[in-house]
Amino acid sequence: MSVLVGLAVIVPLLAAMVSLGVRRHAFLRDTVVLGSLVGVTVMSAVLLIQVEANGSLVVRVGGWLPQLGIVLVADMFAVLVLSVAMVTITLVEAFSIGQRRSTAGADPTVAAPMLMVLTAGVALSVLTGDLFTLFVAFELMLVASYVLLTHKGQAGQVRSGMTYVVINLFASTLFLFGVAFVYSATGTVNLALLVERIPELQTEVRWGIGLWFLVVFGTKAAMFPLFSWLPDSYPTAPTTITAVFAGLLTKIGVYVMIRFHTLMSMDDLGTVILVIAGFTMIVGVLGALAQDDMKRILSFHIVSQIGYMLMGLGLFSVAGVAGAIIFVVHQIPVKTVLFLVGAMVETDRRSSALSKLGGLVSSRPWLAVAFALPALSLAGLPPFSGFVAKLALIDAGVEAGTVAIVVVGLVGSALTLLSMVKIWAGVFWGPQNAPAFHAPESEEWAPRSATARGWSTMSLATGAAVALTLAIALFAGPLWDMSERAATELLDGEVYVTDVLGSER
Amino acid sequence: MSGVLILVVGALTAIGTYLVTSRALSRIVLGFALLGHAAVLALVTAGGRAGDPPLADRLETSADAADPLPQALSLTAIVISFGLTLFLLALAGRQRQLSGDDLVEDDIEDRRIAEHTEAEQ
Repeated sequence: MSVLVGLAVIVPLLAAMVSLGVRRHAFLRDTVVLGSLVGVTVMSAVLLIQVEANGSLVVRVGGWLPQLGIVLVADMFAVLVLSVAMVTITLVEAFSIGQRRSTAGADPTVAAPMLMVLTAGVALSVLTGDLFTLFVAFELMLVASYVLLTHKGQAGQVRSGMTYVVINLFASTLFLFGVAFVYSATGTVNLALLVERIPELQTEVRWGIGLWFLVVFGTKAAMFPLFSWLPDSYPTAPTTITAVFAGLLTKIGVYVMIRFHTLMSMDDLGTVILVIAGFTMIVGVLGALAQDDMKRILSFHIVSQIGYMLMGLGLFSVAGVAGAIIFVVHQIPVKTVLFLVGAMVETDRRSSALSKLGGLVSSRPWLAVAFALPALSLAGLPPFSGFVAKLALIDAGVEAGTVAIVVVGLVGSALTLLSMVKIWAGVFWGPQNAPAFHAPESEEWAPRSATARGWSTMSLATGAAVALTLAIALFAGPLWDMSERAATELLDGEVYVTDVLGSER
Repeated sequence: MSGVLILVVGALTAIGTYLVTSRALSRIVLGFALLGHAAVLALVTAGGRAGDPPLADRLETSADAADPLPQALSLTAIVISFGLTLFLLALAGRQRQLSGDDLVEDDIEDRRIAEHTEAEQ
């Protein structure tokens, strides 16, 4: 079974190479990409079932000892996030195959192979068991994202791409320095060995390492005050690309932060993280309220929602971390589906500015439903997945006696609902301001039959993504059990160490 | 020995960071090259003192072999920063095509705020 752990990284990389080779043959390329994505999704589902039943799977790449070589660790937390991430990427790729014929789409000869590189990066950063491989995985993911963001080479993309690349590259350099610090302090980069060695360090050194990696991962996760690159760059990319970024990149940053800071028992940093969490929630949502473009509103919401995940982490209790984990699991599909709806609106009306849109509820009623369900979930209304996740966090916050962050979280939720209402009123209600795509104005628009076929593929993918968000609410019970188990394993650390190091200790 | 290396790391980081905060992408590229060197040097320094080559068949005879792990990590980091430098150069080239220079422009929010204050005055 453990061969699947390695395959989850290798298959996307191979698919990236093959699809780059056949990039001009649309059918072949799409079959390779979609086929391997479906394969990886099935693999991660099998892994989820396996790990749930029999405990973590550990692969030592090349048979090296964990002290020297690379280890891949598929524990509960990893497989849970991996499965949701892979399902989401698959749905986005299915969507973008449908969208190919519209001008808003990405150039598939570049985007399809790069999406596979990004998938490999995501899988590797979720599964890796050492800090340096994590750095490489981040680079893999980010390099793919640089190319995806700027590959069309339009002025806006190059402008915001420069900020995005420079800030992320700087954070990566800091990451490398962090690896050097950790190595000189402990003599290893293996996470399981670090679990044993970091708590033995002096308090000052531990704080230094903890804060250093808080900044590194926080920049990738777009936490306050390191988020300013995100709302500027994400909306300029083709919307399907933004959907992948929004669903995955920042969440992987949070994932890694949760993994590192809980395993290394950085409990002392709890208050710092909670304060940052509060600011992230409020500043993000206030930024969203000030915007008048659907994609920009949603981009600011990414920032705001990161705050809730940090809140769970900052509590450093099983309930809090489990809440953060289930929040990550719920955010990945919800955020993606909102951007997919945004992409459909854009394809339909050729704009995402609220002032140019309106009346979609009568012309595209199903699209309105596909937006309303995840939007209510994002705001945290029952009975959707967001409610389950937020309830878990609020509950954990009350239990820990940190009333301030609970109040901030609830205010943030109310403001989230307000800005979702703003999108709803601007896009779906009111008079129809812009012509629908049935009357193509420019030659760039493909023949109607092709677009209509593409449209049904897009609807199908979006529908499946909405169904996924509903399924998370429906299976909240089992998911909560898994999150709680993952959180217990992370906070204890002993399970992880025994799994990875085994009998060599 | 190690003290000198640490000073060099510090100097490279300082100059690199200064260059990265510049507006011209060509300077930013140079800044990242220096920062990359600094990080790699820090990694190598983290491995401890220089020693004999850490070859498998000589490990028994040589008591003070160098730590091979940071060197392996450094090689990987060098390759990555090489690739990224090329990407940054390509981006700078594209920006030059589009606008005639390679300066990073203000983002949308900054420009909006600037317009807003101008309108109020």
